[in-house]
Amino acid sequence: MYINNQLLRFTTAGSVDDGKSTLIGRLLYDSKSIFEDQLEAVEASSAKKGFDYVDLSLLTDGLKSEREQGITIDVAYRYFATPKRKFIIADTPGHIQYTRNMVTGASTANLALILIDARKGLVEQTHRHSFIASLLKIPHVIVCVNKMDLVNYSEEVFDKIVEDYKAFSSKLEVSDIQFVPISALVGDNVVNRSENMPWYDGATLMHMLETVHIESDYNHIDSRFPVQYVIRPQSKEYPDFRGYAGRIGGGIFRPGEEIMVLPSGFTSKIKTIELGGKLLDEAFAPMSVTMTLEDEIDISRGDIIAKPNNHPQTEQDIDLMLCWMNQRPVNLNTKLYVRHNTKEVRGVLKEIQYKLDISSLQRIENVDHLTMNEIARVKIRTAQPLSFDSYRKNRITGSVILIDEGTNETVAAGMIV
Amino acid sequence: MTKLNVAENLNMSQYYLSHLKELESEAIFVIREVVAQFEKPALLFSGGKDSIVLAYLSRKAFYPARIPFPLVHIDTGHNFPETMEYRDWLVNELGVKLIVGSVQESIDKGRVKEETGWNASRNALQTVTLLDTIEKYKFDAAMGGARRDEEKARAKERFFSHRDEFGQWDPKNQRPELWNLFNGRKHMGEHFRVFPISNWTEMDVWQYIYTEQIPIPKLYFSHEREVIVRDNAILSTSPWLKLKPGETPTRKIVRFRTCGDMPITGAVESTADTLEKIIEEVAASRKTERGTRADDKRSETAMEDRKKSGYF
Repeated sequence: MYINNQLLRFTTAGSVDDGKSTLIGRLLYDSKSIFEDQLEAVEASSAKKGFDYVDLSLLTDGLKSEREQGITIDVAYRYFATPKRKFIIADTPGHIQYTRNMVTGASTANLALILIDARKGLVEQTHRHSFIASLLKIPHVIVCVNKMDLVNYSEEVFDKIVEDYKAFSSKLEVSDIQFVPISALVGDNVVNRSENMPWYDGATLMHMLETVHIESDYNHIDSRFPVQYVIRPQSKEYPDFRGYAGRIGGGIFRPGEEIMVLPSGFTSKIKTIELGGKLLDEAFAPMSVTMTLEDEIDISRGDIIAKPNNHPQTEQDIDLMLCWMNQRPVNLNTKLYVRHNTKEVRGVLKEIQYKLDISSLQRIENVDHLTMNEIARVKIRTAQPLSFDSYRKNRITGSVILIDEGTNETVAAGMIV
Repeated sequence: MTKLNVAENLNMSQYYLSHLKELESEAIFVIREVVAQFEKPALLFSGGKDSIVLAYLSRKAFYPARIPFPLVHIDTGHNFPETMEYRDWLVNELGVKLIVGSVQESIDKGRVKEETGWNASRNALQTVTLLDTIEKYKFDAAMGGARRDEEKARAKERFFSHRDEFGQWDPKNQRPELWNLFNGRKHMGEHFRVFPISNWTEMDVWQYIYTEQIPIPKLYFSHEREVIVRDNAILSTSPWLKLKPGETPTRKIVRFRTCGDMPITGAVESTADTLEKIIEEVAASRKTERGTRADDKRSETAMEDRKKSGYF
């Protein structure tokens, strides 16, 4: 019954027309995750539009305006499962103006699927998507060289693209990159091995997705437990129960261990770790648990429980890589809310050190404002100290979002440097 | 132990969660986040398996304290009796408060007008009752069991879905949602819909019910029932289903994949009378569960249109 499957979250990014929707359609179709009534609906819509083929992109483009314009506006989530794994696809549009959607999809992904049209090779968008995967520290990348059927399944074409990509990606921080030559349209090397490319002895895309090693994607070294909520039943059966509810952000916690609370610096010992009344021997990311301590100390939402010999740094001046996501530009000295883990504090944009041209990776200095979809290195100062790790060390305790004080919109994503 | 030793001693492969445990952990995180960020949250309870799972996840999230928000049932008056029986049992079992918003009351007050015709349903009318109930009790976050795999418009939903003061959803102007940082800030009069099991599929829900041994209404299991077949749908007879000339009820062995209103929820012929058999059946099924729902079939964008106006 596949009850103990692992969960892999991946994003797909590609330019217009490089066959991303077709590839997703192929993965869903070949893994039997498309249902008859969905397929019938898509066939009917395709016929209504006068197409003589079934447009699988209609499966993913859910909103009326997307269907009308034939473009993907927002991140769409798709689900499929094989006997080995359950998959969540964050399908993000490829247009330049939608960097924010790519960043959104990438923020929770274990893996990025990057599509390259075999006829065109690396294009500007390939650079952009790869840079975002690297910026968001997606642990694994699979580069799919698509439309191999249109280049006569040429090994030379594939090798050249692999070589070009390796040269380009050496400037980025992605540790695990795999390459696969495919044709999403025909199905070569997607789920089934291609007979058209005997020279390729690597795995199919599906096999890569099913076997990529994701157990170490969470930080299991540096123990971090952001307190989300304090459970106090104050009932007859539990008059004194005081449990700290939250989701483990890193490392491993066990009953009996010494802990330190940040930012107060108080120390105590773990009494129990439990969930729903069931006691646990240990807890690790990303488990949601309830923790009780030996001593009654003052702990509230927003605090972080760590270890006395390994805890996050606590500061008010924070360096970020920032992606601005709102239509209204932001200027220096703008005040914003900063949300980090379960804590929200006020902050101000103190300095823009440089912004990045994400196609060429050139730094642009002397900048006093940022517009939508721009990425920059900035300094913020917060009203109260935050206890954080670098994003490189921990994607959970190293990330923030910025919120506009007037509109309450989420306006930026930040990765702590 | 030094840091290095910990790393060396770890059998890394042992430190990962099964997909069900990871989905459970994510949902519990979201539910706790709702209670921490909002003043008056509520759980929208339909009696269906998704909202049942949500209620059980809520119990886990706050145990040993009681669930710190009420269940809200928008009662169309067209429920399966089995759903009502289960609802009352569950409320007692979880020790949680129940609030009922009545569509009949909205009709009596003239807030909505009952549909007429053969396929008349109170499905669309629920939206008004729901929004009235949210306003009456000043709920600022309403959690629901909707999943992104159910329907294409829902595939674009956020976990924290912002609604304006008219309860409307603006799909083109949604807040970006990154990592596990959920932004529940709002202005007076606005509220949020929150979907903790967004990332679950129908199969995940069944597997979870199975592994956690969660009791569910009898409707989901195979049973004999008086039905009619209309437009390829098997509909249960009920006081609210008007028979067309020539329609004669027959008895069939059926079960339900979803629990909506009696007149619009189609049954499937099935002999699955245990959770194991249901899971097998779901795995082999080539039709989506909402394929049995007449409310989604009204147009290609039926769900998006209803959601924009404030539906679940």
